[in-house]
Amino acid sequence: MSSLKGKDVISIKDFSKSDIKEILRVAKRMLPIASGERKDDSLEGKILATLFFEPSTRTRLSFECAMKRLGGSVIGFTEPTSASIAKGETLADTIKVAEAYSDIIVLRHPNEGSARLASEFSSKPIINAGDGAGQHPTQTLLDLFTIKEEFGKIENKNVILLGDLKYGRTVHSLAYALAVFRVNLTFVAPQQLQMPTEIISGLKDEFGIDAYQTISLEEVIPQADVLYVTRIQKERFPDPAEYAKVAGTYKIDLEALKKVKEDLIIMHPLPRVDEIAPEVDCTKHAVYFKQASYGVPVRMAVLSLVL
Amino acid sequence: MEELKVQPIKEGTVIDHIASGTALKVLSILGLSKSPTATVSLLMNVPSKKYGKKDIVKIEARELKPKEVDKIALIAPNATINIIRNYKVKDKYKVKLSEIIIGIVRCSNPSCISNLREPVESKFSVISRKPLKLRCYYCERELTDIIENIVI
Repeated sequence: MSSLKGKDVISIKDFSKSDIKEILRVAKRMLPIASGERKDDSLEGKILATLFFEPSTRTRLSFECAMKRLGGSVIGFTEPTSASIAKGETLADTIKVAEAYSDIIVLRHPNEGSARLASEFSSKPIINAGDGAGQHPTQTLLDLFTIKEEFGKIENKNVILLGDLKYGRTVHSLAYALAVFRVNLTFVAPQQLQMPTEIISGLKDEFGIDAYQTISLEEVIPQADVLYVTRIQKERFPDPAEYAKVAGTYKIDLEALKKVKEDLIIMHPLPRVDEIAPEVDCTKHAVYFKQASYGVPVRMAVLSLVL
Repeated sequence: MEELKVQPIKEGTVIDHIASGTALKVLSILGLSKSPTATVSLLMNVPSKKYGKKDIVKIEARELKPKEVDKIALIAPNATINIIRNYKVKDKYKVKLSEIIIGIVRCSNPSCISNLREPVESKFSVISRKPLKLRCYYCERELTDIIENIVI
């Protein structure tokens, strides 16, 4: 039996390297089922509850798709206004009710720590599909899966994380997960959006990894195997004037890619705004849409291992 | 004979070996700095064999609850608690900081779910003792200002 059976998926930090490798191995097996080439009804009769208190398209659709491709069914809501929480119900109560109706719960919530709280009130597994600026572990898993698929391995690659490293939840979890695989990390961000110091010191203390920090992409892009681009998120800035100062700092276009390695891959958790020019889409470097498509096999792997 | 700076108390608690300059914070987290009725004596920067200088707080007619002792452990980890009955020390123990801190400090992240109307107490794990660092069990953020966030 898998060591992940019945386990909550709250933070990537809850998983050992062997847990992550197992998920990536199963995700690989899921590829033909995710694309509809092969049928699999292993989760027939199982019900997934999707509780989305915040809008999300890719994450919700990929979870629903993953469950259905494995023969299971889905219940839930996508609009917090239609949920009992709008009437003043606590998250704890919503979870206790959803637990009675389903076999596994996927939660997206605007407040950090909500998935951890949910796990205290549910005997059924909770999967964190993003909690505010906190964790989004299945995004991290599909990011790792993408690198593995492209290069055959993750270890020792040169990875640049670029953009909003201060507020971006994906890059916080990803930096940690990449450290587990001993990659060479470079953080590129405007001065006011650099990676939080507690993450930098965590990488050093827990893994002995000294990430290189810079504001210049030009300086480091020639050595990169992976360029992970993130959007500078307007909605996370308390002051619009502060956003205006950094908006559009980095733009990946054909000019920016002149001195890169032949096999550089460009990733992005999406949605993008203007940080990657559309002309980059048809280069061999662009893998971000493929990366998004991997959301299905990776979430299929998680569901099948946990249930 | 040397004159006593502060009279002994008949009943109550003496908190000894508080790091020099920290006594006012101890009063504050125990809610004594604004209490209209508590009788409290304060000694600051008195000589200490162990630490060079120390602060002492004497609280009349009051024994501390376990949660109050836990609060003191957060800001004065070397403190000793003496329970006084009829002028005599009836019990004496050192404060002890637990691995998990429950319901004593609130998370400094305003978006943390533990700060909302949910049926849970705040919960932190101690990730470092010197210097003291706490991490929120829910949102995983490191607590930035422990003293400011102690629940009084």
